[in-house]
Amino acid sequence: MAEILVLVEQVDGEVKKVTLELLTLARSLGSPSAVWAGPGYSADAKARLAEYGADKVYVADSAEIADYVVAPKAELLAQLVGSAAPGAVLVAATAEGKEIAGRLAVKTGSGVITDAVGLGEGFVADQSIFGGGVNVHSRVTRGTPIVAVRPNSTAPVATAGAGAEEQVTVALSDSARAAKIVERVKQEKGARPELAEAAIVVSGGRGVGSAENFALIEKLADTLGAAVGASRAATDAGWYPHQFQVGQTGKTVSPQLYIAAGISGAIQHRAGMQTAKTIVAINKDSEAPIFELADYGIVGDLFKVVPQLTEEIEKRK
Amino acid sequence: MNIVVCVKQVPDTATERKLRSDDKTLDRDAADGVINELCEYAVEEALRVKEAHGGEVTVLTMGPSKATETIRKALAMGADKAVHLVDDALHGSDALATSYAMAQALKKIGFDLVILGSESTDARTGLLAAMLAERLGAPQLTLANKVELSGQSITIQRLTDYGYDKVESTLPAVVSVVEKINEPRYPSFKGIMAAKKKQVQTLGIADAEIDAAQVGLAGAWSEVVDFAAAPPRAAGTIVKDEGDGGSRAAEYLASKKFI
Ligand SMILES: Cc1cc2nc3c(=O)[nH]c(=O)nc-3n(C[C@H](O)[C@H](O)[C@H](O)COP(=O)(O)OP(=O)(O)OC[C@H]3O[C@@H](n4cnc5c(N)ncnc54)[C@H](O)[C@@H]3O)c2cc1C
Ligand SMILES: Nc1ncnc2c1ncn2[C@@H]1O[C@H](COP(=O)(O)O)[C@@H](O)[C@H]1O
Repeated sequence: MAEILVLVEQVDGEVKKVTLELLTLARSLGSPSAVWAGPGYSADAKARLAEYGADKVYVADSAEIADYVVAPKAELLAQLVGSAAPGAVLVAATAEGKEIAGRLAVKTGSGVITDAVGLGEGFVADQSIFGGGVNVHSRVTRGTPIVAVRPNSTAPVATAGAGAEEQVTVALSDSARAAKIVERVKQEKGARPELAEAAIVVSGGRGVGSAENFALIEKLADTLGAAVGASRAATDAGWYPHQFQVGQTGKTVSPQLYIAAGISGAIQHRAGMQTAKTIVAINKDSEAPIFELADYGIVGDLFKVVPQLTEEIEKRK
Repeated sequence: MNIVVCVKQVPDTATERKLRSDDKTLDRDAADGVINELCEYAVEEALRVKEAHGGEVTVLTMGPSKATETIRKALAMGADKAVHLVDDALHGSDALATSYAMAQALKKIGFDLVILGSESTDARTGLLAAMLAERLGAPQLTLANKVELSGQSITIQRLTDYGYDKVESTLPAVVSVVEKINEPRYPSFKGIMAAKKKQVQTLGIADAEIDAAQVGLAGAWSEVVDFAAAPPRAAGTIVKDEGDGGSRAAEYLASKKFI
């Protein structure tokens, strides 16, 4: 069975959900090897990776890896591609994951596929393009397939792997040390899950009307344990920070459930959420295009519907 | 300061976009071509750097002949001159091949600073800036929502999930910018007239010393196996709020086990 490298995503030493998804996916195609890049490695992390199927865990827990933008992780992976000759390399299709994939592709002379929503035999990837209008099967034809997979594409399933640990040292080149991270600024994000990773996303648009009114959206999100998103109309108006924008020029989300309140469903917004499994829309205009996508739509005033929905969920808890 | 801004022409997202049935590449004739929106932020940032620190802004575009419309737009915003990498041999290039061809062109042009958009709206790979940094051996200062220069050093704020990283390097460097880093200017009438007279140099693959075997469809590292229109989503249930819309939505969510 081919070895498949999975780059671990972690925050402060905790393995992110998307990594468990990638391990699950890798398990269906070969023998997963998790690659830990950077400080914060622990026995807990190893146990978690093994629980979700990692047969091997490569550990490069040098602090230096995290001190520079992207290049060190690409060097580490390139080194492992050279020594382990894996069948494929999987990374999460986040902005940074894709950049790592890009540099790795150049280093190893391999093709790269981004934003896969599925991956099958022969590493043939499923992609959804043009705002969800067209489904594509694509594959790498030269080198080691490098595939960036969208969060929420696979349900994580625990299946124990051997979890054999292997320490790796990587001697960073000068060019990997060219862009130095001199400060990390953590902005308050509260207890909400990360937008791209969240299983549920509640988004507000122009219909929300003001920054203050976004409290309604946040409240609904919090009762569902969801992340908050926004349309560009809402971020342009300054009602919600830009990093929460969903769509073509914002984040792409692929949650189990997407709730759109006061969003018309313009093609550029759909480009960022159309692969959500279930879509619920609240809009007072019955002609709004978002209803074409909605599995469940309520034609009504969001200022009435959203608080009632929030209250009803609270009651049922 | 020699600033090169990479600008791409993309099919207008408001029109229907297609893949060609013959070679499964993007059908660039089917839709109107427009400047990739994120590239407008890149052009604006390039102009601001020039205004603050002096130098010259060169537009670099790889694309078919009709991409000249997009080049003129960037020139009308205020860029000084342009290089158009255009050759039939480049048709069908994937991200890896594009980065190779663009890197060759950049070596010909020379640069202190290369500025790109963070993503294109057609392929949406977001790969090119990182690939160029790798190929050119230049520092990767990507996903910037703020750029500051001082002498030979450059600092950016790199957007992250938790906020931002402050990243530092020396020039030359490759920068990509995110939406809302600035407010792109509209070309003035004077700018549009002036753009008509600005120099657009065309480069073919031989001029840029690009190996034909590494680009185009035949040289691609990945391929589209097949494609099909996405099946329409099954029609959903649409209800009118009669005072119980929220409760009914809750019932629906419960039936789907979300609550
Ligand atoms: C190049 C480009 C890139 C873009 N990228 C993005 C992107 O990344 N993300 C994005 O979202 N957009 C993007 N856009 C913008 C997009 O075209 C739309 O303009 C935008 O999505 C509209 O946001 P909206 O739905 O919130 O606002 P609108 O289209 O104005 O819709 C508001 C909706 O709210 C409803 N409403 C109003 N009041 C209420 C109420 N009280 N109760 C219930 N419903 C109510 C209205 O009926 C209406 O349907 C992009 C555009 C371009 C040209
Ligand atoms: N053919 C091209 N010509 C010029 N610039 C390009 C081209 N393709 C991509 N770019 C640049 O790379 C950025 C990111 O594109 P991509 O990596 O394709 O998503 C764009 O915003 C452009 O600045």
